[in-house]
Amino acid sequence: MNAIISNNELPQDDFAVEREDLLRVDNVSLSFGGVKAITNISFDIKKGEIRAIIGPNGAGKTSMLNVINGFYHPQEGTITWQGKVRRKMKPYEAASQGIARTFQNVALFKGMTTLDNIMSGRSLKMRKNFFLQMAWIGPARTEEIEHRKKVEEIIDFLEIEAIRKTPVGRLPYGLQKRVELGRALAMEPDLLLLDEPMAGMNLEEKEDMSRFILDVNQEFGTTIALIEHDMGVVMDLSDRVVVLDYGKKIADGAPGDVQASQAVIDAYLGVSH
Amino acid sequence: MLYDIFIDPFVQMVEMPDFFLQVLWEGFVAGILYALIALGFVLIFKASGVFNFAQGIMVVFAGLTLVGLHENGVPAFLALILTIGVMGVLAYGIERVVMRPLVNQPDIILLMATIGLTYFLIGFGEFVFGGEPKRMIAEELGLPTGSTAFEMGERGLVILQHIDIAAAVIAIIMVTALGIFFNKTRIGRALRAVADDHQAALSVGISLNQIWAIVWFAAGLVALATGIMWGARSDVSFALEIVAFKALPVLILGGFTSIPGAIIGGLIIGFGEKIGEIYWGGLVGGGIESWLAYIIALIFLLFRPQGLFGEKIIERV
Amino acid sequence: MFYREAGQFKTSYEADQSLFPIRQDRIGLAVILLVAFIVIPLTANDFFLTSIMIPFLVFSLAAIGLNVLTGFAGQLSLGSGAFMGVGAYAAYKLTSIFPDVNVIFLVLVSGVFSAGVGAIFGLPSLRIKGLYLAVTTLAAQFFLEWCFIRIPWLYNYNASGAIEIPKREMFGVTISGAEATPIARYFVVLVITVLIAGLIANVMRGRIGRSWMMIRDMDIAAELMGIRPLQTKLLAFAVSSYICGVAGAMMVFFWLNAAEPSSYSITLSFQILFMVILGGLGSIAGSFMGAAFIWILPVFLKFVPGAIGIEIGAETVEHLTFMIVGALIIFFLIVEPHGFARLWQIGKQKLRVWPFPY
Repeated sequence: MNAIISNNELPQDDFAVEREDLLRVDNVSLSFGGVKAITNISFDIKKGEIRAIIGPNGAGKTSMLNVINGFYHPQEGTITWQGKVRRKMKPYEAASQGIARTFQNVALFKGMTTLDNIMSGRSLKMRKNFFLQMAWIGPARTEEIEHRKKVEEIIDFLEIEAIRKTPVGRLPYGLQKRVELGRALAMEPDLLLLDEPMAGMNLEEKEDMSRFILDVNQEFGTTIALIEHDMGVVMDLSDRVVVLDYGKKIADGAPGDVQASQAVIDAYLGVSH
Repeated sequence: MLYDIFIDPFVQMVEMPDFFLQVLWEGFVAGILYALIALGFVLIFKASGVFNFAQGIMVVFAGLTLVGLHENGVPAFLALILTIGVMGVLAYGIERVVMRPLVNQPDIILLMATIGLTYFLIGFGEFVFGGEPKRMIAEELGLPTGSTAFEMGERGLVILQHIDIAAAVIAIIMVTALGIFFNKTRIGRALRAVADDHQAALSVGISLNQIWAIVWFAAGLVALATGIMWGARSDVSFALEIVAFKALPVLILGGFTSIPGAIIGGLIIGFGEKIGEIYWGGLVGGGIESWLAYIIALIFLLFRPQGLFGEKIIERV
Repeated sequence: MFYREAGQFKTSYEADQSLFPIRQDRIGLAVILLVAFIVIPLTANDFFLTSIMIPFLVFSLAAIGLNVLTGFAGQLSLGSGAFMGVGAYAAYKLTSIFPDVNVIFLVLVSGVFSAGVGAIFGLPSLRIKGLYLAVTTLAAQFFLEWCFIRIPWLYNYNASGAIEIPKREMFGVTISGAEATPIARYFVVLVITVLIAGLIANVMRGRIGRSWMMIRDMDIAAELMGIRPLQTKLLAFAVSSYICGVAGAMMVFFWLNAAEPSSYSITLSFQILFMVILGGLGSIAGSFMGAAFIWILPVFLKFVPGAIGIEIGAETVEHLTFMIVGALIIFFLIVEPHGFARLWQIGKQKLRVWPFPY
């Protein structure tokens, strides 16, 4: 069973072999002062897959996402994005390269409406300058309206038409999560990072969210990396799973293989000494 | 020009050491007073996360109450005790009317509330005591007056005002007392608990309201001491309010939650300001005291945003 | 009952995104503009124009300026008074250097100078936030005030240390200087204020306004959505300071006729800040309401008790104003942190569902 850890030698799922890497993380280590958050982690995310990152609390999952979208800078290791080694970059540069993200604790813009929140995802795609916007004429207005159409498509897709003009601070948690997904989708990303998209949801909401994630993946072909604690969801949704514990990678592979791994079982249930 | 900036001031310092020492002393005393104002800010910030903009006006208000009572025939020491009582009532009132309804609001809202409080207290203070400056009753309170001149061999004199020495001593006593209060007593522990996490503190049975009233009262006492000292040096007037803004750069240097930080920050600003004004101010026309402190703080912020004694902040998402 | 949007359907996104999507709001705005442009000039006396309307409009514009920075972009500033001063001194210097150029044009250009100064003092905003930033703006306030006193070139070496506004004409009408009629000044101030308010309202419904609000609401998330924090914040500083600068220049050119450094002291900064808080952070209409309240309250206190037979001294009025304003700020922060603008919204909402209470 321990073979899973070094699964590179084992024959893998067909698709992992066929598809090319969207993102590769090689030997990445990250520490804060003396505290090691991530130690020597390597894994890859293939184009078009749903990749789950799981592990107990404090395993370094969120830190990993933060590294991927440029919020933390690892002390060691390289990140390869679409075949090119990435230099140290700011979060907004990662965003402009096509990495979008949702957050563990909803990070919506509380003072804005659902519509404006999702419109904010279009920021990078809008170009018209300050003076044109000020006059609200010609190109600036056309641009706003064009993007509004796109945003309305996302609103339809996520079935949140009714709350279009509601300030997001007033929405229930489940809907906020949905709006946050919408905002990330509005960026039309190549890679979508979802940090616990189903935390704190009831069964129906989880089912809805799972459906949206699968739809996004299949309809738009968006690659998704998600962190989730609900193992049922992870096993059903994801194509491949990487397991972290105490900042180290302990397993990587297809959901079924990972589930059977002794190291993973030990990490979740503890080991008797 | 370069000579004027980089060499001449130092030559002057060496050539006239008595004058330089005098400047240092002035800086020290100003620094102590800034530190006292900053101390009031730190107390409240530590316990409630509120940046109390009204600390400056509380200093004026305390001073005015003391002087005002004395003017109306109350003996000096009785007036002092009554003023302490007034600060207690004020603390309770602020906790009741301002702080309690605003619990858990964002920092910026609380800051603005204390700005509102400042305005209210300015209006109220002027309404009751009038707007003109008043003389502090330092002598009546038994504070030393007069001065001592130290001869420095052949090089001249350094004059120390007794009231300044008293201010320094009182500041040191207050800081020590507050340090003991924070670290050794039950209320001090509760205070630090509240500062860390309101809800957790509530859940172990600490009364938030009581703690806040105590902190505001302590800050009121610090304000009273500051008011007496500052008033004895100049006058008790609303002009002090502008001086209180100097506490902001002091806090930036020292960190918002550190008592020793407030003292050291205050001294740095005090020294920096006086030396800068005397030796370099003339080059640009003087009067740079009004903004030098902020520029020092600004430069500091760019290199060490957490202050001298603060911990590095790691942002999380 | 009168305020219902039922039956008003929009058939395009364009209509839905207009500034006033509801018909009653459009009518209301038309009425206000009608009063401002026609009724007031026809009926008001000089006192009303000079002591109430002109300062109200100037302060409204300044409040809009600060609101861009503090209310929309979430960067607290205590230096708006000094930025107004930069505008005033810049406009003054410009009129002395180019005496033949139209004074309104120069006033509008003077804002560019304060935008530049504002952007410089906004630079630290990349690394510091909240209270710490407030210190930066205090530095700006005290440093600029010092410049107004210590650099005699700025006030043309006047012995008094003050700037005095020369007489300037446009289309044969005197619009600045002591001889200008209140009505001429009123029109100039009104047009500039309404124009800038409209332009800023447009900015706020587009990408740039949104990017400011993103930074305000959740700066980390904004950055992860591709917003460049430094550029966005600097633009907010520049735009805010531009508007404040124009307001400051108008203050001396079309209202006070003369100004000294203390006109642009920290007291002014706080006054503007209060207008923004009471009016409503992040609301342009609120800026007008806040300015009206803060400016008109003292005037009201000065004249109304006298009119009903109670004598109150000038000093007492000032003290009372301070107390009432201070107490109201606390009151508003407690009951409605979004100020008059939100109360207005709530009022409209109530009307919409009338006669039902919810």
